[in-house]
This record gives sequence, C-alpha cells and structure tokens, in this order.
Amino acid sequence: MTTYYTKDHEWIRVEGDTGTVGITAYAAGQLGDVVYVELPESGAKIAKGDGFAVVESVKAASDVYAPISGSVVEANTGLADAPEKVNEAAEGDAWFVRIKIADPGELDGLMDEAAYTAYCEGL
Amino acid sequence: MSEAATENLKRTPLYDSHVKMGGKLVGFAGYEMPVQFEGVMAEHLWTRSEAGLFDVSHMGPCFLTLEAGIGGGDAAHAEIAALIETLVPSDIASLKPGQARLTVLLNEDGGILDDLIITRPLGDDAQGTLYIVVNGAMKEQDWAIFEKALAGKAVLTRADDRILFALQGPKAVDVMADFFPGCEELKFMHHMPFEMNGQRCIVSRCGYTGEDGFEVLIPAEAGLPLIEEMYTDDRVKPIGLGARDSLRLEAGLCLYGHDLAPDISPIEADLGWVIQKRRREAGDFPGAPRILRELKEGPARKRVGIRPLERAPAREGTEIQINGETVGTITSGGFSPSVDGPVAMGYIAAAHAAPGTKIDLIVRGKARPAEVAALPFVPQNYKR
Repeated sequence: MTTYYTKDHEWIRVEGDTGTVGITAYAAGQLGDVVYVELPESGAKIAKGDGFAVVESVKAASDVYAPISGSVVEANTGLADAPEKVNEAAEGDAWFVRIKIADPGELDGLMDEAAYTAYCEGL
Repeated sequence: MSEAATENLKRTPLYDSHVKMGGKLVGFAGYEMPVQFEGVMAEHLWTRSEAGLFDVSHMGPCFLTLEAGIGGGDAAHAEIAALIETLVPSDIASLKPGQARLTVLLNEDGGILDDLIITRPLGDDAQGTLYIVVNGAMKEQDWAIFEKALAGKAVLTRADDRILFALQGPKAVDVMADFFPGCEELKFMHHMPFEMNGQRCIVSRCGYTGEDGFEVLIPAEAGLPLIEEMYTDDRVKPIGLGARDSLRLEAGLCLYGHDLAPDISPIEADLGWVIQKRRREAGDFPGAPRILRELKEGPARKRVGIRPLERAPAREGTEIQINGETVGTITSGGFSPSVDGPVAMGYIAAAHAAPGTKIDLIVRGKARPAEVAALPFVPQNYKR
C-alpha cells in the first residue's frame, strides 16, 4: 500500500489495482470550512487531470483533479451530509472516491509523501 | 498568493495589525486586505453572537462642504443638500441633524453607479457639509462625479487616509459604550462626534451585517491604539472579508459590482425605499423617467432572495431557469453559516419574483431545484 500526491493537492492510496483518492490536509486547510462536496457516481469514467469532483467552502468552489485515469468503484456518499469531515480527516475518513486504476504507469509522475511535504513547504 | 498579486496594492493603517492578528491577506478594491483570520465560518458566527471588528478603511469616506464653509444652520444644510440631490434620488434636505440615509448614485438612464451613505452633521455651527461614505472600488469614480458636478459650489475632502472600522454584533454596543460613553443612545442610522486619544472622530450606528453595530471614522494615530485595546476585550475578534460577504448576503444587503450595476435601477434592485415621497413627486433626479415608470408599472426584473433546496451552493453568474427557459441570473451566492445551507440573491423576471416560486439553478450543467425566498435570510437586529 503506497500513497502518492499531486501538485494540485490530491492524494491516492494504492492497494492492488484500486486507488482511494482524496484531497490533502494542506488543501483542506487552504480551502477553509468545507460546506459541500460533489462526487461522481459509481461507474463514472475519469481521466487523469480532469476535474472529477468539486469541493466548496463558504467563499468559493474548487475543482478536484483526478490523479489517475480509471472508473469509479465507490464514492464516499457520507460526505454529502457531513462535508466538514474534509476539514477533520482529509487524508482518512474523508476520502472522495475509490477508482479502479486503468494504467498503473500513470502513477510514475506523482510525488511520494516526502516529496509532497517538501513541495508544500516551498509554497 | 503570487508576488504579482500584491504589487501596487495599497495598505490601510491597520495593515500591521492584520498581520499581527494572523490575517490572510488578499488584493481587494486596490488594497491588501484580510480575507480571513481564524476562518470564515467561525468569524461569521462570532459576529452574530459577540462582536466582530472589520477594517473598512479601503472604503471612501469623504466630506462635501459648501465653498462658503460651514455654519449657517438649516439654510446651509438646505444648500448642500440641494447640490447632492442632483446626483441621488433620496431626500437629503429633510435629514435631521445627526441622521444618515442610504442612497444610490445614478446615471442618466437611472442605473446605479454606486450605493452610498450620506450623513448630516449635528450642531448648527457644523451645517453646510455632508459626511459621505462610498464603496472602496468605486471611490475614484464617485469623487470625480462629485467634483465635476459641484465645481465652484462645493469642495470635496477625501478622508480615506484615516481608519474606518466597524464593530458589529449583539455585544458591539456594550464594547463601544466602554470606549465612547453615550454612543449606546444612538439610534440606527444616526451618528455623533467624539474625541478619542485627542482626535475628533465620527461614530455612526450602522453596518453591513444585519446586526446592531457601529462604524467609526478616526485618524490613524488615534485609531491604532484604540483598536489594539479593543482586541484585548474577550468579546472582540477581527473579522475578514470572507465573513463580511457571507454576513451581508444573509442580511439581504447588496454588494456593488455584483448585485448593483450601471444597468440596474433602484426599483429593479428593490431599493425603491431610498427614494422618498418628495423626490418621487418632483421627479428631479437622473434617470427619473425610467425610475418613475418602473415605480408605476413595476420593473421587468427584480432582485430577490433564492434558496437552493439541495446542499450545493449556487454562485454568482448561475443561470436561473423555469421549465428550461432562462428567467434570471444569480448575482451573489454562497453558503450561509447561520441558515446552515446555501443562499443566494439574483435578478429574475418580475412574473416569477414571488417568494415560493419554484425555479431551477443551472450549476455545473445540471438543473438544481430552488425557490424564490424573502430577504433577509436572517432577522435584522437594528436598534430602531
């Protein structure tokens, strides 16, 4: 089980051919109070780099970009009624979707935890 | 935030205070301003229950004074009122000493160039001048209009080098009374002058949150120690622009450049109440033919409140539809911490403006159910 990170502040935890995707605690902190999360339905096809979800704070809506291509196996429907969980547990319970990974080779360009931490410190 | 974003931005006298209090600064109306301190939600709810302190020094406080100077009692007020009434549709002449009014600056088509508050000073010896506060993003435009229209008759004095701050919320009055004894007697939309740290300042009972509260215009050297002392009071916290926007939206108050614009009339904006009877009867203001016609026949579109029925907020620019036909646009929208759900306001064809009317909001290509709602979304707590 390995976790990768994107420059757009998404994380993906890979187990076998499935990846669990969410936004990082850093991203959640920058957004502030999350009041709404819009997720794709199960079965939806998503392509690496595309906006596949939307997260909204009091002030603004932000796109969440797919770290990898694949199809959505499961969406975290619990976030609909408890969007504040994104602020409390961005990299845990507040995952957004589980994706069946189309091409594991797409993981190559992503950062590991140490690289992502260094990336955030430079922002 | 990139460095380019802060280039050429001005700072208010409270800039260092914002940094010290942990403010996250962004460019707004040409100034580097705090968008939030501890967080929009917490700041919003604090203002509704305690007292929130807002730096609004980026706005455009000014004085418009007769060439002849002040003094001269009621006659001098009548003279300066007549001058400003050529630009706005409100009855400024009938203001009592110490009283203020919201009004709008109009173009020749009756469209709104800005919204502003005009105050008549207290005291016979102070008549012949008006204290006016215009929007920060519009102040250069507005002041150029004043100077051009009133050249040779009145003199404009900018006061935007001073601190203008607001203290808003149910506990604002108790905090203010500690610093400005007697101000608790003021009624909504009235003001009085005070001496603070050796400087003259103006305390007005008004605001932009729907709560009871005050705005204070004070020279920087006297205002800085005052605000530092206010922050030692447990009831007072600094509030950023983010909560300022969500508070005013819940209170149903317009934001210029969003809910008000040069093509929108005060009647469309549901601000007909700023045009008092004498002015309606005289019809002596810019754009009067359109405005009087809309008053009589009703406007083609109206500003209304909107409640999305699901959780998704609908932001500015969202299309409003009924049965697939466009009937309006959202001009301000977001999440309301007090309602604990999304709220918005916008313009809709007059036929569909009744509260309760079912509408669709097109958010990310998908129609979402909503309905027209009465404004404000939270009760106003003004001291009448």
